[in-house]
Formats: sequence, structure tokens, C-alpha cells
Amino acid sequence: MNSFWIILTGALVASSCGFLGCFLILRRMAMLGDAISHAVLPGIVLAFLLTGTRDSLPMVIGASALGLLTVFLVQTLHQSGVKSDAAIGVTFTSLFSVGVILISLYTQQVDLDLDCVLYGEIAYVPWNTWEIGSLSLGPLAVWQVGIVFLISLAVIGLFYKQFKLCAFDPAMAAAVGIPVTLFHYLLMGLVSMTTVASFESVGAILVVAMLVVPSATAYLLTDRLHVMLILSIVIGTLCSVLGYSLATWLDSSIAGAMTTVAGFLFLLAFLFSPRHGLVFKKWAQRRIAAE
Amino acid sequence: MNLLLALQEPNTQWVLAGCMLLGISSGILGCFAFLRGRSLVGDALAHAALPGVCLMYVVTGSKSIGLFLIGAAVSGLLATYCIQMISRHSRIKEDTSLAITLSVFFGIGIVLLTWIQHSNNGNQSGLDKFLFGQAASLVGQDVYAMIIVSSLLIIVTALLFKEFKLLVFDSSFGRGIGLPMGFLDALLMLMLLVSVVIGLQAVGVVLVAAMLIAPSVTARYWTDRLGTMVILAGVFGALSGALGTFFSTQVKNLPTGPVIVLAATVFFLFSLLFSPKRGLLFRMIRFLQLRKKVLQEDLLQAMYEALEAEYIQSQRVSKGIHPSLLAGKTRKRERVVLHGLQILEKANLIRPVELPNRQTGWMFTPEGFEQAHELVLNQRLWDLYHMHETEYLSLGIDKNEDALLPQLSGEWQERMKQELESYNMTPKLAYKILFPQKWQPAEQRGVSV
Repeated sequence: MNSFWIILTGALVASSCGFLGCFLILRRMAMLGDAISHAVLPGIVLAFLLTGTRDSLPMVIGASALGLLTVFLVQTLHQSGVKSDAAIGVTFTSLFSVGVILISLYTQQVDLDLDCVLYGEIAYVPWNTWEIGSLSLGPLAVWQVGIVFLISLAVIGLFYKQFKLCAFDPAMAAAVGIPVTLFHYLLMGLVSMTTVASFESVGAILVVAMLVVPSATAYLLTDRLHVMLILSIVIGTLCSVLGYSLATWLDSSIAGAMTTVAGFLFLLAFLFSPRHGLVFKKWAQRRIAAE
Repeated sequence: MNLLLALQEPNTQWVLAGCMLLGISSGILGCFAFLRGRSLVGDALAHAALPGVCLMYVVTGSKSIGLFLIGAAVSGLLATYCIQMISRHSRIKEDTSLAITLSVFFGIGIVLLTWIQHSNNGNQSGLDKFLFGQAASLVGQDVYAMIIVSSLLIIVTALLFKEFKLLVFDSSFGRGIGLPMGFLDALLMLMLLVSVVIGLQAVGVVLVAAMLIAPSVTARYWTDRLGTMVILAGVFGALSGALGTFFSTQVKNLPTGPVIVLAATVFFLFSLLFSPKRGLLFRMIRFLQLRKKVLQEDLLQAMYEALEAEYIQSQRVSKGIHPSLLAGKTRKRERVVLHGLQILEKANLIRPVELPNRQTGWMFTPEGFEQAHELVLNQRLWDLYHMHETEYLSLGIDKNEDALLPQLSGEWQERMKQELESYNMTPKLAYKILFPQKWQPAEQRGVSV
């Protein structure tokens, strides 16, 4: 049963991240997930210092606030003329430093370990259950990530056309009257919500990987956005199942193994994708040269 | 006094020297990475070091820093190769290939790390310490290594400055004149990798990326020349290193790396706000000034055109123009118009008059009229220019300039004025129409009111 919960959580995280990751890749903001997952650190520490508990609710709120702040700062810096990659870099490293400094200064009061508490470990998911009275409703993480996934599905589903246009041609979107900035912030809000909800239960590295790797794999396999979205969910789930098996076999970190599997699947697509794969492209080139 | 005491301690001196050198070399290299749109490469390379370090431990079983550095460099090299391969051979963009490489390498590293922890005999602690960095524990040997490596980096950059400059600004031109751009690009990545690897130990995975980004972005605010920018970035890097070391020796429990990064961020924020050319404050001031100027010009022009219309209709002009008419003509709110009129009055370009219906209207002063006349003439010349742009192409007119007339030779000025006349666009109001009592023949004019 524990394996089931872990795999389910992994699959949910992978699906919700991969789903949103498609849009990040298309809008060339793949590094934003990495930035958010680092930049929320001061939010978590502040939430802990203010409330004095390690409950997840205040921490999620603190982290979400910082996630949105990150997105806002990146966008503001970008609009004031800083290149977008530099804007991301400056923002998240400085916020992360603030977090590390806060931890070091209040180290006596803060019983926080960077690896374990801030950035959750997916192996512990089954033990942190949501209970109402004596009724156990299954792991909290499953609920948390599941709800966030449903919200992003609903939002993207409702405004699918708008998101699609904004992703491929923001100028055209603005010209036909779509509020591009609003949709940008909506997407970023979803991304930061998903990032925070996921890494709190499964760890940052899995989130960063799942935001880009499955969707990039899907991007190599298809030219249609809705196929890409579905594929990235499927690939994410596959990563979760295979990664768990790899981790039990090696007795190693589950999140790391899922990431490794994702990387392996990407490599396969990179080499053997029918249309964009390296092998088939080289083969086609050779055939043309032969003719 | 405190500072002097702290500086006399050999340990602090080592740390200080190390951090400053690190700041200089990564600031300099960061400039090229920044201009090449690769600011986040440092972040990716730093994360990619983990599997190399772990593998080195698995293979050799020792925890020597030198071996770790080699391991980190090897896996960083592999990561560099992956980043370039992925974006070159598929339709995946560079930012995505960065993110993929970063997360997958780090994931593999985590797998190796936990595998070592679970299968080994507890001798592995300290592997992750290496990645999170501890500047305070830098000793002489480390600093010697840093000195040698950073000076090498700085020397190579100085020698290949011209080539790198071409690489970041116009690499296809570089290829055209026969420079090996692919090789230079790879060399630049390699140098970035080296500076990341030596920085890892001092400030850790996440923050080493900041040392590449923040000083160069800051320097960009103060100059448009690459040479100056590189030097400035080195200076900002060194200053951040020094400040970070200083503060962390003064306050207990303050880690060096993050403070260095915060110092660099403070420099960045200061430049973002106060840089004379690009800073937000001065841009805001310039914007407000421009808005004021445009408002004044719009009002002067609107007033001129209102009077001109009256004159064309009835051959005479009224005593003054009511603000609401100006608001209608310029499509501005009345409050804005009144504000603009006040500014114009202060500049002595217009004056209030009483209209027949007892309301306050506005009329040009002679100076104001001359300015308005010029503005309207200029505006109509521009209209004419845009109507027949191809005819004037050979004149090399700068369309970003405000004034058109001074850009023309005397002959062309006449020609354009004639053309204006043929379209019936010549401004019709003359000085003597508005100020008949003050008008004198040209040579005696110049009496200000």
C-alpha cells in the first residue's frame, strides 16, 4: 500500500508539473521552476519563525507568497530592461541567500534541516495522513497535490485557447485583445502554487525535473499542443512507476531515481523520436545525400 | 579597530583573498555569459557537479578536495556538452536544455549520494558539505589553488578579449572573418565551468551562480562599453567578496556565501534604481519631463490651430481661447489642460485674458506665439515628409530628431516650404495678426513684452 501511495503521489506531481511545464517550455521560461523552488526558502523560514510550528499550512502560505513575489520580481526586472535569464538568476539567488542567512542567524531556534524538512522526502508521504476524527483519508500529500492538479486542469481547460495563443504568439494574442499579462500571471500563479504544493511533499529536485523533462520529451514527440499536454502527463506517470522500481532496486532516493528515469526517457526521445530524433534525422540526411 | 583586528587574523586574510579573487574572475566571465544570454549556465554547471563528486568518491574512496574538483569538472564538462548538444540537435531551446541538464544531473547525483549513504560505512559525510560550500573553512592551500586558477582565467580572458567580444556581439561576422567561433564558445563554457568549480567550495551550488550573474548585470547599468563593463564587474565582484567576508566575521553564525551574494544584490539594486542612464529613478524623471514637454507642445499647437481655424473662417481672431476647447482638441482631461496652461503661463508663453462671456481664456505672448508657430510648421513639415518619404530618402533625415527644418539644406527648406504651400498647409497665422499694435517691421523687432 505504501508503494502505491508513493507512486500515486509521484505520478500526481509529475502530471501537474509536466502539464504546466509545457507552457513554460513554449514561453522559454524553463528555469523558472528552479528559481521558484529556491526562492521560497525565506518564506518558509519566516513562516516557521512567526508561528513556531512545523505545520504545513503556514509554510505553504509563506512559500506561496514568496513564489508569487519571485514571479513578480522577475517580471518587473524583465520589464525594466534586464534580460529575463539574468532577472531570474538575480532574483532567486538573492532570495535564497536571505533564507540561508535567516536559518543561520536563528539556528538555535530553528530546528530545520535544509534537506529533510524544507524540502520534503517522497518516501515519507504515506505516513503523513490526513485524518478527520478517526477516519483516515489517505496521505495529505495526495490530497494537496491532487487538488492543485485539478485546479490547474480546470483553469487551463477553461482558457485553453487563450493560453495556447499566449504561448505561441503573445504579440498576436495582445492584438486580438487577450489580456496577455493577466494570463501570464495566471500561469505563473499556477506554476508557483504547484511548485510549492509539490516540493513540500516530494522535494525540490523532483519538481524542477518534472516541470521540464517530461514536457520537453513530449515536445520532441509531437507538434500539437493538446497531444503534448497529454503525452507529458503519461510520461510523468511512467517516470513515477519506473523511478520507484529503480529506487527500490538500488535502495536510493526515490525522487532522484524518478528524475533519472525522466532523463533516460528524454534521451530516448532525443535519439529515436520519429520526427525530431537525432537518429532519424541523420538517417534522412544520409538518404538525401545518397540520392 | 575591530576590522583591523579581524584583518590581522591569517585565516580571515585567506578567506578574504579567496572570496575577492573569486568575485573578480567570476564577475569578468559573467559578463560574457550574460551578454551571450547564458546567465543561468553557472547554476546548471554547479548542480551538475554533484554526480561527478559522488562518482569520484565511489571510484577512489577518498575525500580529497582536489579529486572532488576534478570529478566536478568532468561532470560539468559532460553537462556543458549535453546543454549544447540538446539545443543544437533538436528543436529544444537553450533555456529548456539548461533546465533538463541541471535537473537530470542533479537527480543522478542524488541517486548516487543516497546509494553511497545506504551501502557504505558512514565514511561518506562531508560529500554534501562540499556542495553547500564553506568559505570560512578555506585554508592556505585552497586559496593558492584559487589564486592560480583565477589568474589563469583572467589572463586568458585578457588575451582573447577581442575574440570573445566578437563572439558575444556578432558571432556570424566572426565566423565570416575566419575565427573558430565554435571553439571559442566551447572555451568560454570551459572557463565558466572552471570558475564555477573553484567557487563551489567557497559559496556553494546555488550561490556560485549568483557570483556569475549579479556583478555583470550591475556593471551593465553603468556603461555601454564591454571593456569598462568587464572591469566594473570585476570590481563589483571583488567588493561583494570583501564585504561578505567582513560582515560574516563580525556577526556570529553569519555564513559567508549568502552574505557575499546579498552584497552583490545590494549593488545591483542600487544600480537598478540610481544608474544615471538606465536607472529607474532617472528614467522616471526623464519620462515625467518628456510628458511635461509633450503636454506643453500639444497645448501650444492646439491653441495655434484653434486660432488659425478662426482666422481662416472669418479673417480675424478672438481675444483668447477657452480651456475646454483645448481639452476637446487635444483629447485630454480638463484638469490636465489647466495644469499644462499653468506651466505655460509660468514660462511666460501664454497669458490669461477675459473673454466676452466673462470667463477666463488664454492668449499667446509674443514668445509663445513664435514657439507655437515653429512647432506647427515643424509638425506639418513632418506630415509632408511622411507623405512623400521616398522623395526625401536621399537626404538622410533622422526620424528620431524632433526638428526637421535644421536637418535640411537651404535649398531643400525652400522646396519643402513651397510644397507645403501647394497643399495649403502653410501655417496661416502671422505675428501681425495676433499682435497688430506691437508689430513693427522686422529689423526693429525684438522688444520683449
